[in-house]
Amino acid sequence: MTETKGRVVGVNGNMVTVTFDGLVTMNEVAYVVVGEKKLKSEVIRIRGNLADLQVFEITRGIGVNDPVLFTGELLSVRLGPGLLQQIYDGLQNPLPELAEKCGFFLERGVYLSPLSETKTWSFTPTVKVGDTVQRGDAVGTVPEGIFKHRIMVPFGFFDTYRVKSIVSPGDYRVTDTVAELIDSRGNVHPLTMSFEWPVKRPITAYSERLRPDKPMVTKIRIIDTFIPVALGGTYCIPGPFGAGKTVLQQVTSRNAEVDIVIIAACGERAGEVVDTLKEFPLLIDPRTGRTLMERTVIICNTSSMPVAARESSVYTAVTIAEYYRQMGLHVLLLADSTSRWAQAMREMSGRLEEIPGEEAFPAYLESVIASFYERAGIVRLRDGSIGSVTIGGTVSPAGGNFEEPVTQATLKVVGAFHGLSRERSDARKYPAIHPLESWSKYNGSVNKELTEYGRDILFRGNDVAQMMKVVGEEGTSLEDYIVYLKSEFLDDVYLQQDSFDPVDAAVSTERQRYVYNLIFEVLSSLFNLESKEEARKYFNQLRQKFRDLNGAEWESEEFAGKEKDIRNLIADKKKGTEERALEILKKVSGS
Amino acid sequence: MRKVYSKIESIAGNVITVSAEGVRYGELAEVSSRHGKSLAEVIRLKEDKVSLQVFAGSRGISTGDEVRFLGHPMRVSFSDNLLGRIFDGSGRPRDGGTELVENLIEIGGPSVNPAKRIIPRKMVRTGIPMIDLFNSLVESQKLPIFSVSGEPYNPLLARIAMQAEVDIIILGGMGLKYDDYLFFKDTLEQGGALSRSIFFVHTASDPIVECLLVPDISLAVAERFALKGKRVLVLLTDMTNFADALKEIAITMEQVPSNRGYPGDLYSQLAARYEKAVDFEGAGSITILGVTTMPGDDVTHPIPDNTGYITEGQYYLRNGRIEPFGSLSRLKQMVNKDTRADHRPLMDGMIKLYAAYKESLEKKSMGFRMSEWDNKLLKYGAIFEREMMDLSVNIPLEQALDNGWRILAECFTKEETGLRSDLIAKFWPVK
Repeated sequence: MTETKGRVVGVNGNMVTVTFDGLVTMNEVAYVVVGEKKLKSEVIRIRGNLADLQVFEITRGIGVNDPVLFTGELLSVRLGPGLLQQIYDGLQNPLPELAEKCGFFLERGVYLSPLSETKTWSFTPTVKVGDTVQRGDAVGTVPEGIFKHRIMVPFGFFDTYRVKSIVSPGDYRVTDTVAELIDSRGNVHPLTMSFEWPVKRPITAYSERLRPDKPMVTKIRIIDTFIPVALGGTYCIPGPFGAGKTVLQQVTSRNAEVDIVIIAACGERAGEVVDTLKEFPLLIDPRTGRTLMERTVIICNTSSMPVAARESSVYTAVTIAEYYRQMGLHVLLLADSTSRWAQAMREMSGRLEEIPGEEAFPAYLESVIASFYERAGIVRLRDGSIGSVTIGGTVSPAGGNFEEPVTQATLKVVGAFHGLSRERSDARKYPAIHPLESWSKYNGSVNKELTEYGRDILFRGNDVAQMMKVVGEEGTSLEDYIVYLKSEFLDDVYLQQDSFDPVDAAVSTERQRYVYNLIFEVLSSLFNLESKEEARKYFNQLRQKFRDLNGAEWESEEFAGKEKDIRNLIADKKKGTEERALEILKKVSGS
Repeated sequence: MRKVYSKIESIAGNVITVSAEGVRYGELAEVSSRHGKSLAEVIRLKEDKVSLQVFAGSRGISTGDEVRFLGHPMRVSFSDNLLGRIFDGSGRPRDGGTELVENLIEIGGPSVNPAKRIIPRKMVRTGIPMIDLFNSLVESQKLPIFSVSGEPYNPLLARIAMQAEVDIIILGGMGLKYDDYLFFKDTLEQGGALSRSIFFVHTASDPIVECLLVPDISLAVAERFALKGKRVLVLLTDMTNFADALKEIAITMEQVPSNRGYPGDLYSQLAARYEKAVDFEGAGSITILGVTTMPGDDVTHPIPDNTGYITEGQYYLRNGRIEPFGSLSRLKQMVNKDTRADHRPLMDGMIKLYAAYKESLEKKSMGFRMSEWDNKLLKYGAIFEREMMDLSVNIPLEQALDNGWRILAECFTKEETGLRSDLIAKFWPVK
């Protein structure tokens, strides 16, 4: 706490105006004292001797002249071993511990330590006395689940340091001193296993940022094959309500091939977090053989929790993601939904009586969104290892209209766009990602020449479908009609995926490549089909067989049998291959 | 004795301002004018200026009227004596019974810790195939009925309330037509359910501010009953009136409007209410069924739009039927895996075919020749609408599933349904 004294002079919603004497820092944390309770707040504007505070709690009961305490510290998170498996609110308050203390409801003004102060960790030093270290360098490691958690020189230590002392291997608590460092001026700094970092400042203690070029496998066919995401990349999922944003995020959080997943449930339904919360401790991650919870951190500020903390929750999440990236791990941050975060900014901006921009969002909306997504990235650390933060954010556009400010500001800065469509979700075509409107700037795991051919069929099929609406089926040539059937077939058996089917829910890269080749065979074939009726029947059969194939375990006998059926069915009617496809195949096999 | 202030400095809309000391945010006051007494709530503090929202409206309030601060926020009495009673938006009896003053509880309390929530798992059976089969309702769900004015949404609510297996029904009526209020009362009375119901009713002719209190007061009471182990169904009709009341107050307070005049915090305000739906571990639950009438049948209007992002799905009521497109129960996956193996695939398969039927219908209306396939779809669509969508159909889920297979077999060959072969082998009706 600083010397500065303040007292409340106004209350308006979650904004409190305070008069103060002394020094006040912009964005520092302050506490409004109401009776026994201290309510956490952040300074968001200073004018003369008046400061405006956004309070992270319900403001009911605050009165004029209530005292205010200033801390002089920016809003920070505590970093150290024990973050994994945690469920925090937007201010890093551990929710299960809070529930133990306060019961069913979120009592205001109760702040618990984010990391257990009694648990011990088995520390192994990696430096010796006399070594020089910089910020971000490890002085030792502790095992945290399946990971080697690096105990690092705090990122705010900008000098070069000499190790004065280091403890011997053994069990220590996060608050124990494990090393002492001497800076260039001879001051001694004791290090514990944890330290604080302000959430709104990116962690940059790496040697260089790389271009994201490796795919991040989500095991969702339409994404990995057609609109891929890269490790260290960014993507957004805008969609109207009910189009399946959250299910898509949940499926990704389960199956994505990354080391750590951070879920920021920002202003969305509490029930959706509960699914993750209750199921992850039971689900086994096939890559590690441990439960999914062991690689997950949940930051949860759901829609009925105080709005100001909603804004900080995405920053808390990204800071924790960056922290684990410093250990050479691949981290995926899923933010659901960034629109709620933007709305929280809008509410505050309105209370501050700022001049509103489009749809009353503040004028700085775009730059704030851009700087958030820019915190993603794949980096080479000083020890040569590679770590990444990938950010996937959902957007909930008002009225499902992508022209609104938040979607537009997001599209400018992301590398992939997975647009969900109400049309597709209404027709139960899941995942309802629109294959024609969505795009990605990253490379996927299936050869691009082949996928472009598939996309082309989708475009042409769509054109034929549009035309058929005007001229009818009878006015369409058989050739066009088959293109249309092929595009429908690709959509039905490849783009759509049943996230509730145990096999179909997660499709490995290997299987995707294999099955897509089979699909390509169908798409590129010229068939002996005499009439539209016959063509429709034939494709219905194909569809049925592929759908059964999708339900068969990879590399099982069942799979082989069904594959053989399909190959026979294709051979039955095949009379040749399209010219363009032959060229592509030649190119692909040559490279 | 608390100090009485008798100089009102400004009156604008339903908001009055007085100079007072020691007042706390959210506190209640009593305003006495020659037209009677009304409660008022503190909604802004600035130095010694206190802005209050007068529940009964500011009409007839004079600058010399008395304001007495009560030193506590809005409260409501809670006990079993509430059952069978009817109150207005600020908790005063509307049925001529005695006023309840014992065991007062605060309204608009804190939200439930997400870590204490549990996965919903109990289906609420309604006997309506469009709900049970296609979009199952689940205990602790929050679900609105999206509708246009004139649709029978209140009868639908009443019917679900009567058939659902719950312990207590709480009706929160906002801007309710007097006839509709009487309709609910009569229906529940005839069904013998009035003794386990509580009404908080704000009718269209009551002061607008009281409309804002209805959801909070209803849900505060529901929460207490749920904590005592009761399964509570809360009916909120119509939330559009609630949102419009919010708009009215926000504009009076000179807030910057965000979208079509609605305040920027419309989402948070609605969420704070809907999120009260919960299943308490080791105690009861709250299920919320709301009605949102869509102005101009426009789902992108801020009220239905924001609601859709908060609630766990929605039922579209159109032409007296629950539309299969757009209607969605997000929690159905939690329960429809345990009903019957064919529940999910049949649900998806039938809807896909119904979508195809709609396309054929469109083609037909444009005068195109119908293929053999189109004709099959047309036949299917007609039967589907008659046997599944009609709201008068009242059958258990299992029978609805059997009917589904029968309809498919009547119209299509096995491959044409697009269903998996193993299911067809098991459930396809033998002729």
